[in-house]
Amino acid sequence: MSQPNQIPDSSVGLVETRSVIFRGAEWVLQLESGKTLHPVKVAYETYGRLSPAKDNAVLVCHALSGDAHAAGYHTGAPGEKPGWWELIIGPGKPLDTDRYFVICSNFLGGCKGTTGPADIDPATGRPYGLNFPFYTVRDMVKVQKWLLDHLGVKKLLAVIGGSLGGMQVLQWSISYPDLVLGAIPIAATARMSPQAIAFNEVARQAIMSDPSWNYGLYKPDRQPESGLALARMIAHITYLSENAMLRKFSRRMIDGTERGFKLEADFQVESYLHHQGSTFVKRFDANTYLYITRAMDYFDLHLDYGSLKNAFDPCKSSFLVVSFTSDWLFPPFHSQELVKGLRQAGKNVSYCNIGSDQGHDAFLLPGNRMGEVVSGFLTRLEKEVQLAGK
Amino acid sequence: MQANEDKVRFDWNRSLPRDRELDPYILELANPRERVLDLGCGRGELLKKLKEEKKVREHGIELNSEHVADCLAQGLSVIQADLEEGLSDFMGECFDLIILNQVLLTVKDPLALLQQALRIGRRAVVTFPNFAHWRIRLHLLLTGRLPVNQTLPYKWYESPEIRLATIKDFQELCRELHIEIESRRFLQLNSLVQNRKVNLWPNLRSTVALFCLRRGGQYDSNPK
Repeated sequence: MSQPNQIPDSSVGLVETRSVIFRGAEWVLQLESGKTLHPVKVAYETYGRLSPAKDNAVLVCHALSGDAHAAGYHTGAPGEKPGWWELIIGPGKPLDTDRYFVICSNFLGGCKGTTGPADIDPATGRPYGLNFPFYTVRDMVKVQKWLLDHLGVKKLLAVIGGSLGGMQVLQWSISYPDLVLGAIPIAATARMSPQAIAFNEVARQAIMSDPSWNYGLYKPDRQPESGLALARMIAHITYLSENAMLRKFSRRMIDGTERGFKLEADFQVESYLHHQGSTFVKRFDANTYLYITRAMDYFDLHLDYGSLKNAFDPCKSSFLVVSFTSDWLFPPFHSQELVKGLRQAGKNVSYCNIGSDQGHDAFLLPGNRMGEVVSGFLTRLEKEVQLAGK
Repeated sequence: MQANEDKVRFDWNRSLPRDRELDPYILELANPRERVLDLGCGRGELLKKLKEEKKVREHGIELNSEHVADCLAQGLSVIQADLEEGLSDFMGECFDLIILNQVLLTVKDPLALLQQALRIGRRAVVTFPNFAHWRIRLHLLLTGRLPVNQTLPYKWYESPEIRLATIKDFQELCRELHIEIESRRFLQLNSLVQNRKVNLWPNLRSTVALFCLRRGGQYDSNPK
């Protein structure tokens, strides 16, 4: 037997992804596109304990390539990587699992356990593929609400998420104003810029022009690997900043300083991107990528509600909006527009444009002040709840 | 709302003792559980005291992102923004008290800021160094140079205060704008003896002035 991994005390430790299937007439999911979906399976993980008063639940919404495994380890095997937000979830961490009951689920249409395009369509017995209905951020949130009902959680101390996760946070505060005490959209936007949609489109085209994609009819073990890897490489560039790349790779060559006069990866930045691409195809489904990026493109609070002020008018949450100075995919001024809309709607809002050269991905990385800012906000909400309960 | 680098560059630490000296007087003006907005709230020193001692619903605006992060880490409600932008987004009278502690003379358009403050707040506290203090007058007369002292701790080229004002000037402005002066405090900040209240000849004898203002109403004509 191999030596068990040394799991640090600051981790939630060994965890498992559980799932629930919503089946039955009352669980037919009405999607914004007009289509329906049934049944719906949801994969989720929880950390910490729900307090007797059921007032300490924090919902974590993941981004494009995330999943329900936000913290801890599945096997404890040597070299196993922890959940994607191990940085801030755990005992004594900003999302302190000694104090909060943290929930994270794979969103609707994902490929990590929740019903999505890679799953078997019960009507045909084959994977949904392109027969999967289009879904939106609003639909994702609706399914997360089902999960909370299933878990007996009636109130959320906070909803938190970065990027596409931040879009879900905004939608949560609008769709369920009475449930959400605190909303923490990080590196988010009310609607993506045409530039960001353009990058998504290039990524989709990369997938769809791979012959193995075959109009979505590929077998699970025959993914359009080169297309999906290329999509990931393009996207990954948008998650970093020029400075982050300069700091990480400079112009360093893979083999010393000599030019290789070859077309294979010669610069370190190239091999890094290739690595990102090739590891991604092992853990992600190509059709799912097409659908999720579309859900991001279509997210538009201005279009849905007329204006941001209108969108936020029904909200009852306190907001903590966070952006990062070097994020050019979801740039700080998008967050500042959210703040403006929230101010106009008379909501309680805090905002910090955190200094970081890490680009859009900063919310997943150490070395910036996001953690302490989130922790301060959550502690304040916790105190407010305690005061109100007295 | 992009951070204005010029403004963040200043070394506010040098005027920190002066700014914090006034906190007790501002605290006195706030009523319990009021909605208070501190414009240029720095690291949230005053907001924290207001929250703890007066249980106010605190809010702050601050440009420096490190300072904002400090505020948020303490659980204060603060927005990172240029205080000259975006105040128009707030609804009228959505605060009971607006605090302009040593910031009015640092902005490009003090009139607009003052008027915005009195639109979104029922009352506003304004503090500033009094340039008519006798030491300053004497210093200028005898040496021909601008003062660098406890209340104005910067050389002319590095001062965040891009404007100078005297108590008389400010009272004159309030009269012109029909701003009611609800109360005022004139102080002599001094590192050697206890801060003193100045009652006699304030424009000559006080180093710092504090005004509590209201929109409209009668002008209290008692300039000294």
